[in-house]
Amino acid sequence: MEYTEIITEAIGTLTVNKLRTGLATLGIVIGIGSVIALVSLGQASQKSVESQIQSLGSNLLTVSPGAVSQGGVRGATGGGTTLTLEDAKAISSTSQITTIQAVSPEYQSRGQVTTGRTNTNTQILGVTPVYADIRKVTMAQGSFISEQQVSGMAKVAVIGPTVVTDLFGEGASPVGQTVRINGQTLTIIGITEAKGGSGFQNQDDIVFVPLSTAQKQLFGADHLTSIVLEAKSADVMVNAQNEVGYFLLARHKLNDPAKADFSIMNQQDILNTVNQVTGTFTTLLTGVAAISLLVGGIGIMNIMLVTVTERTREIGLRKALGAKKKVIITQFLMESIILTFAGGLIGIGIGILASFIITKLSNSPFVVSPSSILLAFVVSAGIGILFGWYPAQKAANLQPIEALRYE
Amino acid sequence: MPTIIRARNLSKVYKTETVETVALNNVSFDIEKGEFVAIMGPSGSGKSTLMHILGALDTPTNGEYILDGENVSKLQDDELAEIRNRKIGFVFQAFNLLPRRTALQNVMLPMTYAAISKEQRLEKAKKYLKMVGLEDRMEHTSNQLSGGQQQRVAIARSLAMNPAILLADEPTGNIASIQAEEIMAIFQNLNKKGHTIVMITHEPDIAEHAKRIIHIKDGKIVNDGNGHKQRKVNGIHRDNN
Repeated sequence: MEYTEIITEAIGTLTVNKLRTGLATLGIVIGIGSVIALVSLGQASQKSVESQIQSLGSNLLTVSPGAVSQGGVRGATGGGTTLTLEDAKAISSTSQITTIQAVSPEYQSRGQVTTGRTNTNTQILGVTPVYADIRKVTMAQGSFISEQQVSGMAKVAVIGPTVVTDLFGEGASPVGQTVRINGQTLTIIGITEAKGGSGFQNQDDIVFVPLSTAQKQLFGADHLTSIVLEAKSADVMVNAQNEVGYFLLARHKLNDPAKADFSIMNQQDILNTVNQVTGTFTTLLTGVAAISLLVGGIGIMNIMLVTVTERTREIGLRKALGAKKKVIITQFLMESIILTFAGGLIGIGIGILASFIITKLSNSPFVVSPSSILLAFVVSAGIGILFGWYPAQKAANLQPIEALRYE
Repeated sequence: MPTIIRARNLSKVYKTETVETVALNNVSFDIEKGEFVAIMGPSGSGKSTLMHILGALDTPTNGEYILDGENVSKLQDDELAEIRNRKIGFVFQAFNLLPRRTALQNVMLPMTYAAISKEQRLEKAKKYLKMVGLEDRMEHTSNQLSGGQQQRVAIARSLAMNPAILLADEPTGNIASIQAEEIMAIFQNLNKKGHTIVMITHEPDIAEHAKRIIHIKDGKIVNDGNGHKQRKVNGIHRDNN
């Protein structure tokens, strides 16, 4: 018997009982659909987080103060006051550190920004011009903070597009106007280009001021909240981390690395941590989806067993007329494979559609990996063979005499 | 005439844990090409067991069964399937047509299990359906046909592979008596054309259509002789040879 005949034969049999065929397929549709949707969702969120982190600049190390133990109480990372502008200057001027090409001292706080009529609570970041280079800040209007403005403690501010919308309304161009922060009046000299993205660090909801202005005029602080360093290349990141670490330990007169009053985060570390979290999540969801696929497969097996019992006489007749075991096995396997394959095909369609809709709604990039589709195909056909094998064997091993007598 | 069926000392014993049942006890006979043989016996006599062995649906416990020159007694499942396909045309009491398939598709079924081309299958199926008088019912599905018509489709199917013997198991058991006569007329016609027919039945008037009747009782042949040449059907005398 030719395969095309077996296939048309199987499709013919399956279309006889459409409701049952549909319900049996549904389990596979849901299983494959959820696997595809969840895998591509996981990949989309991973991509979006990655691109967000990359948009913050590349090859960056962040030195944060804190993690100081005072009298047995360990302070929160970043909460300390142990990093100073002098540390930053020393890092950029010392000959002991060869792998760092840019140093950006930063003072970050939150504050209320008002225009007199409107106000908003936002992130206020005291920076030097280096910041714009290593963080890849581009200007929509005006200019970024200059060296003179930092040394002159100028009362100027560069604001992000979200803050513009919050304070002045959509599409306004408030360059030249003033805002008030902590009682000081600052002139707006520039607006940054929207970076998009949301989440843990919105780069659009931010006000940049000269570092000196932030420290002395707005918040009255001497320390830095972080020093961001740009390494010369991705290859020297670990070296740079070590060099800076030992340099600062020596500067702070500490000889035990375990007692360091600062911590250095590699950008790759952040990326890895985030990837690990999203990866775990994806694995977990895919696991749940895989279980539903297994349940779908058991449904197929159940239906095939019912079919074999129902068609005992037919099987007996076919064997009496000369069908060999292999032909009977192929016939029933083909039916279950067509069931699961059709289910897989519909499932892939639904999965892609679902992930498309969800990514549109959540504004993350739409990714469908060809590998997950290939996997879905292989898995659905595999389930057909796996769960169809036992019923097919059962059919092929029926004795024609008994099968013919079966009522 | 060459011998088509050679049965030598055929025995069949069914064993359960406690009891041994001898269904067939040392049965020997020959059937020659062109014969029309009825195997008769009351229920439990072993005639069904004999029919299963003759139909290569089962193998004997002991003895030798040679069908058309091939020793069938010791074959495996798939080899038996091939023998059934090539050498035996089955006609069952319950017709056993595939439901929801047309008469043509049913007649083509045994040919799909042999490597016969689609064109040839169709051509042969049409020929045999015409032979049993169903040329205007070829596209009817089996549930659209009467019992007698279904059995005629089954006869056409049994002819499809041009088998060595036609094996009919109570072929008129599920059919009204008028249609039963038509079925028997077809068998006699086929026999006239040279087909070897073995028919299992418990109805004496059906058995009398055969030229030779083998009586079985308690697993043994008790009588093997000529059937009646003349018989009366619906008041009309008919020559059955």
